[in-house]
Amino acid sequence: MSAKLTIVIVEEDRDRAIAIVDALKDSVECDVFVISEASGLGRKIATHAPDIVLIDIDNPTRDMLEELTLASGPLERPVAMFVSGAAGGLAQAAIEAGVSAYVVDGLSPARIKPVMDTAIARFRMVRQMRSELAETRRALEERKVIDRAKGLLMKAKGIDEDAAYALLRKTAMNQGRRVADVAEALVTASGLLG
Amino acid sequence: MKTVTIPVAFMPLVDAAPLIVAQEMGFAETEGISFDLIAAPSWSSVRDMLAFGRVDAAHLLSPVPVAMALGLGGVSTPISAVSVLSANGNVLGVGRALQERLQANGYGFDFADPEAAATALAAVQDRPITFGVPFPFSMHVELLRYWCAGTDLAKTGIEIRTVPPPLMANALAAGDVDAFCVGEPWGSVAVDQGAGALILPGNAIWGFAPEKVLAVRTDWAETEPDLLGRLMRAVWRAGRWLGQPESRSAASIILSRPDYLDVPSEVIDRALSGHLTVTSSGDQRRVDHFVEFHAGAASFPWRSQAKWIAHQLCQSHDTDGCASLDGPAAVFRSDLHRRHLDATGADLPGASEKLEGAIRHATAVASMKGGISLLPDAFFDGRIFDPSDIE
Repeated sequence: MSAKLTIVIVEEDRDRAIAIVDALKDSVECDVFVISEASGLGRKIATHAPDIVLIDIDNPTRDMLEELTLASGPLERPVAMFVSGAAGGLAQAAIEAGVSAYVVDGLSPARIKPVMDTAIARFRMVRQMRSELAETRRALEERKVIDRAKGLLMKAKGIDEDAAYALLRKTAMNQGRRVADVAEALVTASGLLG
Repeated sequence: MKTVTIPVAFMPLVDAAPLIVAQEMGFAETEGISFDLIAAPSWSSVRDMLAFGRVDAAHLLSPVPVAMALGLGGVSTPISAVSVLSANGNVLGVGRALQERLQANGYGFDFADPEAAATALAAVQDRPITFGVPFPFSMHVELLRYWCAGTDLAKTGIEIRTVPPPLMANALAAGDVDAFCVGEPWGSVAVDQGAGALILPGNAIWGFAPEKVLAVRTDWAETEPDLLGRLMRAVWRAGRWLGQPESRSAASIILSRPDYLDVPSEVIDRALSGHLTVTSSGDQRRVDHFVEFHAGAASFPWRSQAKWIAHQLCQSHDTDGCASLDGPAAVFRSDLHRRHLDATGADLPGASEKLEGAIRHATAVASMKGGISLLPDAFFDGRIFDPSDIE
């Protein structure tokens, strides 16, 4: 068996893929290939004869990898999903980090572990960045809606900005809803009436 | 009673309706439970979330728990199918290339005759036709294999490839697949996108096929019998509501929401009403029992249905699990179904196995409370599957 592992990463986002490739190359002796296109995925993976395939848990094309686990699948040696056989702690960490790994039959745990440790750390980082970005975007959206609702109230009731915000907040508290939701309802209603 | 929240995974499909409706129409609330419904990106993800405890219940392809019990696929946690969520509801379709060749040959797209459809397909392509399906363990695969084996397609053969339904239109355009078998709304979406045409409803191949099941971990079923009962009753009542024609438009609107299927309610209504648009020029076909949530004791998980699935899986996969099919068939929990639905007043079959494919017309059978009517469940080739006759 050659010392070098062959790893395939299925990832369409180029920057993300590069980050994961770099991290793997730094910590494990391996050849890494990235597949970014879902079309013909099983065959493309098979041409690299990988030891390990890594994919984001949320990637819908994951179902195409399921074929790799079958004896009749495109690989010479069938693969198993990493979580099914591996030590509990590492498997759980992989799931939480959002990486699923398919590992070829018979690969020793000692060779899998450094790859998984690196992949888990990297996927966790990417996932965290992604959720922070989504959170920021959502907060900005809400800010915009609240500003519009304040503007509508100021105009309709002839009150100043602080009073408009206080009214929104009071309504939200009375109804047990979020300020952003009340603002959203007001903007929608005003759109319908306007 | 304090409301208990149960995390539930589903794939955004029309046949996730009993779970969505149970939550939205208050059937869960009546049982003192609430569903945290999690839309999954893939079937592997649904299976993993259930197997590894991220959710306690799931909308699952009926062959998945059977395959897991046979030792197929990546994960082996024991799973119980406690109810059937829906019978039928798949469509077979072809991409534009095949559609044009079929049309040139005068094929009428009757959306009814499986033998004629196979003959027409075999006449327009001399190499195996590649079908895209959502998952390797699915009723889609088993219906395709059964249909192919008994028709003119057996000569050229078919190939089956997994393609996530949202990517099916791309896969057709790229020539990765020639045809497809998917659950609604994906067939109708493909037609509306001009990606192809529908040739058969799934129930033209098997008249009453268990399509999706309500799945839980077997150890959860054992440690949480009370919650399980509440879950099953809420979902069963939702299925009964869905079975009433007057519920249809409300159901289409609920399912169409962005959190659930996020497609226009009109597209969802095609499956619920059985009025399908089969070509992008707007040809309409009507199918009886296109999808059933309640009629014909649809929720009842017959061991014989699971045994048919296990038998089919063992035809195409070589695994030690195939030595005896009784174990894999027992993942369909007719015992739990009877025990927990007793309180609903549901009338359920007295037997746990039946001959599959033997019913040609709606038929009354002995039940726990008198008599219930089963719907036609014939296979297209007229064969009957006798569960006690399997070696």
